[in-house]
Amino acid sequence: MENNSLEKSITLEKRPSKASPMNAALTFAWRALLRIRYVPEQLFDVTVFPIIFLLMFTYLFGGAISGSTGEYLDFVLPGILVMTVAMITMYTGLDLNKDIEKGVFDRFRSLPIWQPSVLVGALLVDVVRYSLAATIMVTLGYILGFRAEAGFSGIVLAVLVILFFAFSLSWVWTMLGIVVRSEKALMAISMMLLFPLTFLSSVFVDPTTMPNWLQYFVDINPITFVVDASRGLIHGYDVSSELMIITYISVGLIAVFGTLTMYFFRNKN
Amino acid sequence: MEQSNKTYAVEADQLVKAFGKERAVDGISLKVPKGIVYGFLGPNGAGKTTMIRMLATLLKPTEGHAKVMGYDLAKEADDVRQSISLTGQFASVDEELSGRENLIFIGRLVGFTRKEAKSRADELLAAFNLQDAAKRQVKKYSGGMRRRIDIAASIVTSPELLFLDEPTTGLDPRSRNEVWDIVRALVKNGTTVFLTTQYLEEADQLADLIGVIDRGVLIAEGTSAELKSSIGVRSLIIEFEDEQDLSKAESIFEGMFTQPPEVDRDHLSISVTMKDQSKAAKAIGELANQQIAVKDFSMQQPSLDDVFLTITGKPAQEEGGEANGE
Ligand SMILES: Nc1ncnc2c1ncn2[C@@H]1O[C@H](COP(=O)(O)OP(=O)(O)O)[C@@H](O)[C@H]1O
Ligand SMILES: [Mg+2]
Repeated sequence: MENNSLEKSITLEKRPSKASPMNAALTFAWRALLRIRYVPEQLFDVTVFPIIFLLMFTYLFGGAISGSTGEYLDFVLPGILVMTVAMITMYTGLDLNKDIEKGVFDRFRSLPIWQPSVLVGALLVDVVRYSLAATIMVTLGYILGFRAEAGFSGIVLAVLVILFFAFSLSWVWTMLGIVVRSEKALMAISMMLLFPLTFLSSVFVDPTTMPNWLQYFVDINPITFVVDASRGLIHGYDVSSELMIITYISVGLIAVFGTLTMYFFRNKN
Repeated sequence: MEQSNKTYAVEADQLVKAFGKERAVDGISLKVPKGIVYGFLGPNGAGKTTMIRMLATLLKPTEGHAKVMGYDLAKEADDVRQSISLTGQFASVDEELSGRENLIFIGRLVGFTRKEAKSRADELLAAFNLQDAAKRQVKKYSGGMRRRIDIAASIVTSPELLFLDEPTTGLDPRSRNEVWDIVRALVKNGTTVFLTTQYLEEADQLADLIGVIDRGVLIAEGTSAELKSSIGVRSLIIEFEDEQDLSKAESIFEGMFTQPPEVDRDHLSISVTMKDQSKAAKAIGELANQQIAVKDFSMQQPSLDDVFLTITGKPAQEEGGEANGE
């Protein structure tokens, strides 16, 4: 009965020409979107996380640091935006780590495709997730009384810079997601890196209030540059030197960790 | 570079894969002619998956070389990937997606347009009897359906060489037969199939050439018949009219053969194995001398179980119990 259609389905003369890298990456992005449709809880980290962060830090520190939560919100929102998105990039690694243990990655790796497309596709969707987090935070910020001096365009520019940095930072997590075997260990390592990076920066307070030795670290922390640039773009002051440095850092992250990620991806046991 | 060798799908030369100190594959050389089913037979932990993953460009060999469809594994990995497909031992499609979405997804990756990918997906779903489950998430499929979608995903573009890693482990007999039919149809249409199995019967049924692997070493190779005759063991099976005769025959044979006879009281039959076939005639003659009535008798080819026992000195473990060779 089915044998006839079975054999017919096998004799396939035409082999299509290889998918372009772009198409392959978009196909992997499509897969990631489908997975979100089936498991919408995956969006928990980019929706609930930002809301909690924003409310918590604004009301916890606002009175103490700036005297009023309204004033503090204008100062801290760009910072928390950067911090939250940076924190969320961690899930890129955790998701990949879980995903890669499954047999389907063997299939991906044995397909004649541009190999980085597997990860680039997933990262494209992650950038969409990061934008969702940013949108939620800015909207909530406005409801709470936040105002951007440079207006809407300033916010858009700042978010673009943050997304670009987040995309670059993600390659650190993809590399760790491939190399580190257990999810628990990966979580611990990610936290260990992210906590100092985000807290020992200009996210919450002006670094000039810190002791010298701490200022030294804060001033070279990449997160500080992204926070300062975002603040500048949102409130309308010149941050071209920060933007330059962020570009160097981001391109460097992609070059180093993108290469390492692909190396470990190809040579995974 | 194309014309290096037109006749072999796989040529492996002293392949080794070491994980730390453990040599999962320990110097395997083999040649798989195009157009056949090659059965890689071995117990759990023998190194079958490791071998396949090397040949499918997923693992770098620690030592040795191999050519797959004429392309060098190390230098022409992209060309190798263009000619092969892999159906892994475990989940080889995305369990979160539906069967149809998986096939469309693979179709897009191998270069079909959206429309072509969809029609190819529907064609395969029909051919593999999966239309009704097309829109269901794969994680909700039964074991047999899973295996069919796994294989369907591997032939979205028909590969020249298909690796199937334990395609029927854990399947019920009906689903297993369906997979066998698929393998036969593939080979009939010119695909070379390299399959691994723990089941002796499966290798016997499907494979034109069998390689027996144990602890990372290829310990025997040949057709099913060759393996059996190289072992030289044959079984004589005798049926009796009643229990009394059976018991008498049992005590006679205990003295005659090195291996004790196997007695099946339900079928009133006895089976003895021997290297020297002339002993069979002697055994029957002895029964006649003792006036024991023989209802029926036959000579049987040894099973691959016998083969395994003879070569390794231990039976093939059919169950997935211990994972290590040691
Ligand atoms: N990634 C790995 N790291 C360490 N050891 C491994 C790895 N993969 C397989 N092994 C070991 O190699 C041996 C052979 O495994 P495998 O090729 O999976 O056997 P089979 O597929 O025949 O059951 C086993 O002892 C297994 O534990
Ligand atoms: Mg295996």
